Amino acid sequence: MLTLCKIISVIVSKKVDVISRLQMDILRLQGLNSLSGKAVSIGLGEIENAFPNASFPLGAVHEFLSAHAENISSTNGFVAGLLSSLMGSQGAALWISSSRKVFPPALKSFGIEPDRIIFVDLQKEKEVMWAMDEALKCSALSVVVGEMSEISFTSSRRLQLAVEKSHVTGFILRNQYRNLTTTACVSRWKITSLPSESVDGLPGIGYPRWRVELSRVRNGKPGVWEVAWINGRFVHVSKLSSALPIGDALTMGQRKTG
Amino acid sequence: MERRFVSIWFRHLSTDWFSLHRPQLRNVPFVLRTPSHGRMIITATNQLAETKGINTGTVLADARAMIPELQVMDDKPGLIEKLLKRLAEWCIRFTPVVAADSPDGLLLDATGCSHLWGGDASYLKEIAKRLTSRGYDVRVAMADTIGVAWGVARYGKERFDIATGMHIEALMNLPPEALRLEADTVERLHKLGLHQVKQFIGMPRQSLRRRFGSHFIMRLDAALGQEIEVLEPIQPIEPYQERLQCLEPIVTATGIEIALRQLLETLCLRLQQEQKGLRTALFKGYRVDGKVEQITIGTNRPSHSVNHLFKLFENKIQTIEPALGIELFILEASKIEDHLPQQEKMWGESNGLEDARLSELIDRLASKVGMQSIHRYVPDEHYWPERSFKQGLSLHEKLTTPWRTDKPRPLRLLPTPEAIEVTAPIPDYPPMLFRHQGKVHPIVKADGPERIEQEWWLQQGQHRDYYRVEDEEGNRYWLFRLGHYHDKTYQWFLHGYFA
Repeated sequence: MLTLCKIISVIVSKKVDVISRLQMDILRLQGLNSLSGKAVSIGLGEIENAFPNASFPLGAVHEFLSAHAENISSTNGFVAGLLSSLMGSQGAALWISSSRKVFPPALKSFGIEPDRIIFVDLQKEKEVMWAMDEALKCSALSVVVGEMSEISFTSSRRLQLAVEKSHVTGFILRNQYRNLTTTACVSRWKITSLPSESVDGLPGIGYPRWRVELSRVRNGKPGVWEVAWINGRFVHVSKLSSALPIGDALTMGQRKTG
Repeated sequence: MERRFVSIWFRHLSTDWFSLHRPQLRNVPFVLRTPSHGRMIITATNQLAETKGINTGTVLADARAMIPELQVMDDKPGLIEKLLKRLAEWCIRFTPVVAADSPDGLLLDATGCSHLWGGDASYLKEIAKRLTSRGYDVRVAMADTIGVAWGVARYGKERFDIATGMHIEALMNLPPEALRLEADTVERLHKLGLHQVKQFIGMPRQSLRRRFGSHFIMRLDAALGQEIEVLEPIQPIEPYQERLQCLEPIVTATGIEIALRQLLETLCLRLQQEQKGLRTALFKGYRVDGKVEQITIGTNRPSHSVNHLFKLFENKIQTIEPALGIELFILEASKIEDHLPQQEKMWGESNGLEDARLSELIDRLASKVGMQSIHRYVPDEHYWPERSFKQGLSLHEKLTTPWRTDKPRPLRLLPTPEAIEVTAPIPDYPPMLFRHQGKVHPIVKADGPERIEQEWWLQQGQHRDYYRVEDEEGNRYWLFRLGHYHDKTYQWFLHGYFA
């Protein structure tokens, strides 16, 4: 009887193994390459648990939505925070845009050496798309940031295919977007600013604080968090709610899969 | 290697050019004239006029008296130089070193070239044939020294391709004019009865020098090959240059691509062996009709990778217009730098900005969108925000000054500050609210002011007082007041957004 129990438990544990292995295979087929093994932390704390395997997907394309000028700057701040940990001390990044307003010296306060970012300023969004596609194929880069307001499913799929080979991480900043179409990106973020974190109750402006909304993530759990950028890292990550706002949940349902 | 030189003598250069443009002049005696000291002087004649005894320098009225039906045109100043330069450029197909030999010839350094045309005789024949078919009356000669080639082309009788080592014999029977001497020296030699070079070549040098001067000895030595004469090529020779002659003129893009790849392979192999890499390259196609099509590329760091360079050229091949065909391709590396093989990591790991793959990417982007749209910024020592950074000159430029972090700066800076309406309580206090594009932003928190003065040595104007403010929604802005509060003329602006 005891041996039978043992055999059953072994079979069950084997099954669990098989299932988890199959799940990993599916993720890998979906283009989430970084999941093959060790979890990589990029300093996002609790937010990283929202991703499959609790690690931020590198070698994938992420999408950031910002509706107006104020949102764009908070998105830029959050992305700059991500860039600093992705680039490390050696990496290089490309920032492609057709209407760039990023002020290079300010990136230094987000832990990035501004001279290690190469800015490509183009005329049209079509050129941005082309340049981004080319850049994502170059595995010498750590990150490629592209500012474009619209992106079609086909072109996002192109970018995804490019990063699957090169393992470069891509960020698409959709500034003042008009249509919210389906894309092949692994996640969709929305960053809005919150009143700043005051320093020891002193008057004046403190550390930047954002409401980070992960409205869509492939095989993960979307959520909303509150994040501050203090002394060169993301801190005070508190989860606001795990449920999505109603409007977003509806659109998610209609979309079925990403 | 034995040096070989070709001299081309255009017997009637300018009149030939005029008859090319007006074919009716070909069969009539025809001269060019120019005014000199109140008279009309003949500066050039054609073949027919010459056989009838008209020489350059004759007064036009005398020539008219001799031949009443003489056709006359005005000479164009500077025509000869222009023609010679064009012809010299055209002759680059025969050898890379071509020099104009004013007033009526070209000199070619043909060392090691003639075997491509199957020997000296057929090389000369080809040159003469091509120039004659273009309508120029030429005589071409080849010899070991420039002096002999020059003399034989103008005064030779039978043989024009003087074999290696035979140039002294060839010189013997030539008149002294063949030595490129001054007119009065020639005249003196003839007066003395020295009508051929062999009559005086054996004379003691010192007496020759005493009688005819050192210029005479120099010319003699140059002809004999005892003194080296240097040609001044019409186009400076790039040390890194590859040429490809085509049997048939190339008209298709595929043909051009094949030619380009072949040239790149030979050039890159050479660069690789010498541990060099090219920074700029020039690809030229010489068309059948004499025009030159060219495309250039540049790289961010020295490269000798065929595939990479080919990719850079590939985008621009469409701009080449082959017209009737291209018969000669030249690839020049105009800027070369040392390219030491770098120790590269085997897989994956990036070298950051030093990575060769990154600079290849930048080259590819630049070849499509232009280098002017690719920027890398380095800090500049200015307080004025717009001037606090400058464009880096290269991907590898080191920072001379660190990035400043002591003062907060917005992540997004508007290229031109936007005017806003502001309610501020008392001087130097941050505003209570501001209105931007019709929207009112009540201010909750604020920092400042930070005064930034104009850098008077660069620009005149008022100073700016910057405030960091945060509105009710938590959005953070960078505002400034231009000028003093007490002056009635101050203005408020929105200059950027903080993260």
